[in-house]
Amino acid sequence: MCVYSSVRRIVCNEVVSKRENVMMKAWSRARGWIGATLLGLVLSVVGEAGVAHAELRIDITRGNVDPIPIAIPAFGGDDERASRLGADLAGVVQADLERSGLFRGIDSRAFIQTFASMQVQPRFPDWQAINAQGLVQGRTALQSDGRLRVEFRLWDVFATQQIKAQAYVTEPGNWRRIAHIIADSVYERLTGESGYFDSRIIYIAENGPAIKRVKRLAIMDQDGANHRFLTDGADLVLTPRFSPSTQEITYMSYYNGVPRVYLYNIDTGKRERLGDFPGMTFAPRFSPDGNRVIMSMARGGSSDIYVMDLRTLERRRLTNTPAIDTSPSYSPDSQRIVFNSDRGGSQQLYVMNADGSGVHRITHGNGRYATPVWSPRGDYIAFTKMAQGRFFIGVMKPDGSGERLLSDGYLVEGPTWAPNGRVLMYFRQNPSDARGQGGDSYLYSIDLTGYNERRVVTPVQASDPAWSPLIP
Amino acid sequence: MKISVLSVVAASLLVAACASGPQEGGDASGAGKGAVNAPAPGTAADFVANAKDRVFFAFDRSDLDESAVKTLMGQVAWLKAYPNAKVSIEGHADERGTREYNLALGERRANSVKQFLKAQGVSDARVQVISYGKERPAVVGSNEYAWAQNRRSVTVVAK
Repeated sequence: MCVYSSVRRIVCNEVVSKRENVMMKAWSRARGWIGATLLGLVLSVVGEAGVAHAELRIDITRGNVDPIPIAIPAFGGDDERASRLGADLAGVVQADLERSGLFRGIDSRAFIQTFASMQVQPRFPDWQAINAQGLVQGRTALQSDGRLRVEFRLWDVFATQQIKAQAYVTEPGNWRRIAHIIADSVYERLTGESGYFDSRIIYIAENGPAIKRVKRLAIMDQDGANHRFLTDGADLVLTPRFSPSTQEITYMSYYNGVPRVYLYNIDTGKRERLGDFPGMTFAPRFSPDGNRVIMSMARGGSSDIYVMDLRTLERRRLTNTPAIDTSPSYSPDSQRIVFNSDRGGSQQLYVMNADGSGVHRITHGNGRYATPVWSPRGDYIAFTKMAQGRFFIGVMKPDGSGERLLSDGYLVEGPTWAPNGRVLMYFRQNPSDARGQGGDSYLYSIDLTGYNERRVVTPVQASDPAWSPLIP
Repeated sequence: MKISVLSVVAASLLVAACASGPQEGGDASGAGKGAVNAPAPGTAADFVANAKDRVFFAFDRSDLDESAVKTLMGQVAWLKAYPNAKVSIEGHADERGTREYNLALGERRANSVKQFLKAQGVSDARVQVISYGKERPAVVGSNEYAWAQNRRSVTVVAK
């Protein structure tokens, strides 16, 4: 809530301007970063040390089955409270990086050197001896104004070079966000891809037996922290999705027994029904700019795709067939829409222009295809596939070529992209027996390469995950 | 799909000619006077007791088979006996489809029943449809029997 807006403001306020940044770089070159700190320069984002030829780099376009060993000692603190926060911060950074499957945190008991301060240079042979490829050195301090200052440096241990350094100042309550931002920074520096740890998940929390299932909207940080329920379970709710600002979601609710698409503001808790449609509206998603919601309306046995402008409340019908046209998703440039339709006899994926023209089918394989979601990078479409009595999560290029299946099960459904388009999350429901045993449903994430499938921990059973963009 | 609906309607006219539904409906309302536990005539409970409330569908289909038509003719008879009653038709799907598609499929099934009732003279104004997709199974279990029981429409008399 305000946690997010306040940290955003603080981080934004203190980002050094481009000009300052250039000066800083010049300064670091002249004096070195350590000198700058000693001279008492207060900076929030320290200039990057521009190292052109670092050896440490991870290629994540090939399934990396051998994670890079990285050392993340507890961030030292000026006093006991700062030290405690520093240890927790390092733990969150390490957990984020490890969950990506690309890094392995080295057990702190193996460390030879300990850092009393940021001014201490790593003794590289000590870190090389334990085969740490990367080293994250950090420090925390509580300022006299009560705010928390966190600095970190990323070292390439074998090249013996600093390859990233930044500092942040924020309210102490925001320390987890700072940890995620640092993890993103390390990930970005080492993989060349943007990070995804400073993000949240909205999903449907599930309780109770299958025939009387209670479903609630729930939200949490990408790592499961700061979990809370947004609805009480009185109404059936389904398929929440984030707006690009991450402050608003669109979802479907059976409020008052009338299934319709709603908007919900996470900060204010305000909920409103979207439009006045004569039939059931469902399968909503925001346009990439957040100004429109695209969805289906079912009426008279057919479902068609509509787009609603949130500013003018004008709605426009994009498909008009007796078929089921649903699960629409915009391309990141908003020019095209992918959706699934049974107009050809079975559920397949189609792409059309944003005005509904130029509809063409992109899937021709065996099986039924559903829930297409365009990657935020635009390079892939993720989908659910049903074939031979099983469900699959897969990706294909936007022209339908290059299909790759990443996961399968009795029921896996509803992929959602991490903000960097490198990781997918979806839900997996197990079969149940005739007494209703089993049938549990949980969230899973998997790398685009098909490696590193892992359960996303939720306090209760879960379905319909949606990954937020990076928090602005 | 259109063709199959038409053929079902044609078939239903044949069934209607010899259906025993209306008689059963009449018996039930008569029995209401004497029997202690019989539901009040024209109520939701009376409908459940005297007309079959649900019809079943094949996988990914919404057309009505012979048994569905027979059941619906019973519903038509009851609805004609109680012309003030309004109904909601709930469309459902089994768990072997994706959530959003199944919401659409449930609506299509419920609508298929609504169209049948309309063809039999039950006014549109008395009939609402609502889809629950795969959200409200009637039978638990991941097996053919449960799936078949869950691919259904259920006609519920409004209170």
